Amino acid sequence: MNAPFVMPALGPILPELVLAVGALVLVLIGALRGEKSYGLVNGLAFVVLALAAAALVAQPAGKVLVFGDSFSVDGFARIMKAIALLGSAVALVLSVDYLRRENLTRFEYPILIVLATLGMMMMISANDLIALYLGLELQSLAAYVIAAIHRDNVRSSEAGLKYFVLGALSSGMLLYGSSLVYGFAGTVSFPGIAAALQGQSSLGVILGLVFVSAGLAFKISAVPFHMWTPDVYEGAPTPVAAFFAAAPKVAAMAMTVRIFIVAFPGIVGDWRQIVVFISIASMALGAFAAIGQRNIKRLMAYSSIGHVGFALVGLAAGTAQGVNGVIVYMAIYVVMTLGTFAIILGMRRGDTYVETIDDLAGLSRSQPFMAYAFGAILFSLTGIPPLAGFFAKFYVFAAAIEAKLFALAVIGVVTSVVSAYYYLRIVKIMFFDEPAQSFSPLTPALKTVIAVSTIAIALFWLAPAPLVSAANAAARSLF
Amino acid sequence: MSAVAAFFYLFSAVAVASAFMVVVSRNPVYSVLFLILAFVNAAGLFLLMGAEFLAMILVVVYVGAVAVLFLFVVMMLDVDFSELRQGFINYLPVGAMVGIALLVEIVLVVGTWTISPDLIRAPAPGAATAAAISNTEAIGQVLYTRYIYFFQAAGLILLVAMIGAIVLTLRERPGVKRQDIGAQVARTKATAMEVRKVASGAGLEG
Repeated sequence: MNAPFVMPALGPILPELVLAVGALVLVLIGALRGEKSYGLVNGLAFVVLALAAAALVAQPAGKVLVFGDSFSVDGFARIMKAIALLGSAVALVLSVDYLRRENLTRFEYPILIVLATLGMMMMISANDLIALYLGLELQSLAAYVIAAIHRDNVRSSEAGLKYFVLGALSSGMLLYGSSLVYGFAGTVSFPGIAAALQGQSSLGVILGLVFVSAGLAFKISAVPFHMWTPDVYEGAPTPVAAFFAAAPKVAAMAMTVRIFIVAFPGIVGDWRQIVVFISIASMALGAFAAIGQRNIKRLMAYSSIGHVGFALVGLAAGTAQGVNGVIVYMAIYVVMTLGTFAIILGMRRGDTYVETIDDLAGLSRSQPFMAYAFGAILFSLTGIPPLAGFFAKFYVFAAAIEAKLFALAVIGVVTSVVSAYYYLRIVKIMFFDEPAQSFSPLTPALKTVIAVSTIAIALFWLAPAPLVSAANAAARSLF
Repeated sequence: MSAVAAFFYLFSAVAVASAFMVVVSRNPVYSVLFLILAFVNAAGLFLLMGAEFLAMILVVVYVGAVAVLFLFVVMMLDVDFSELRQGFINYLPVGAMVGIALLVEIVLVVGTWTISPDLIRAPAPGAATAAAISNTEAIGQVLYTRYIYFFQAAGLILLVAMIGAIVLTLRERPGVKRQDIGAQVARTKATAMEVRKVASGAGLEG
């Protein structure tokens, strides 16, 4: 009477299994050894992330669908997961020193990072609406908690609460949209939706798509659903903001790309207008709203909104070339963001962390290494050749022009020029202003992260081929 | 009118009326009680559709756990609801606009919604027919097999919720006397009792 049950092959989900089992083991260790186990749990969390990365790299190429086609392991998923794992691991490195100084050494922090990373990998591989929502909730719920991890600090609690309430609202919109799409397509699976629509859009599907896009735009913090970003980045502890700006953005972007490209390939014209609008609005807001900022974390929040807009230019093209641009953009964006936040974490005098831009005045005289590295990262964020940021923008704009979206590309270049103002202003403050009180020396971990990201950015033009060709193959796996 | 239809109208009317009362009643405790009534009627509607598993889960989870939790929160926190309603008139135009926009959207969607005639002629075969297998059994057959991934993912989400609640609210308070069962059990006659010779007429305090 029972339906025949075939044990699913677990090979394709080995990285996720490693993270899930690892997180459970870490919870046990933490619970048994008490509050003093932060160092041990943190070290083991690295091991878990490294094992997951190893399992990911060891996976054979090709596309595998498991769990009744709701979990897709393909080239696109593998490269995005690799970027997300890298972002999480580096965010964990950046956090150690800060948490010790601020007396936040709680063993739950690395565990929540591991669980959030698991959620991201589930989002990236999600091939139907239910899997997408579950991955998204796992990642978001862990993120809400770590935003408020400094619970005795009013601003950290406010950041967590704000993030939670707005996140719940956006999840509601996503679910409402999903229910409409399900109602009209009759299936939750992405390829199934594409097959059911047969390139024909109906009013109900469009409406569902609008609500789904609203939910997704919140998760990638694109305008007009970006309001939480500056407040959360400013209020949350700095390493938490570094984490939010890097890995979850990559995962949410991957999820957005997959749902648009795989589930709605026949109605590109319908969703392109939404993506183009979100993209232009994000680029413009990122460029103009950042100008007046004095707090560097707020500035980076607006900068990240702008960068999401640039990455969406590639998605708006709706072609394999565009998706290739998005992957390259997100990879380079993560490296630049982690470098920037390592610098921000280095802005410390004794035991106090400072975060206004004026504190950087005259940095070139007191700490030349930090100043030159930050200078390179800022030029790259602006998109000045031959730094990596230029190539990131080049690939998305090239895809947009190829898809005949000339206006979008022109607006992108113009906002990129506007954003140069506030990036270069920081360079001016660092190199030409009267020195402020100097910072304490950088810790070895920060120094390593800054050095590696700066070298990667500065020398990317020598060997862009590995990343670009990997991204190219990954992008084609979606079509 | 058949009995099923009569019950359908009874349950729906009570559900809608009590949902309305949840919003308008002045006393928050009454609101929660009306909410429970709405849940019970929704469970009745599920029963009419033959979804007895969902009906029972609704009663157990929503009435048994969620609504009682609401009741505790409402009774224990001193929330001044009349104060919360003060901005109501100010926000009414915006709220009404959003509400009307959503209503128009739903009307448009329902207006375009048609059931393909093919589907009516040949209904899709379900997991199992109602005569052969109850729907509790049907859910049981797929929950741990076809949907194992979703089931486990939901479990991890609950784990995160639990860790989060502990991280954000648990505080070790110093100076609180706690029961130490190990120490209690380990007491022996020697550590618990003391025999003293007390001279007659003199107290212990000497």
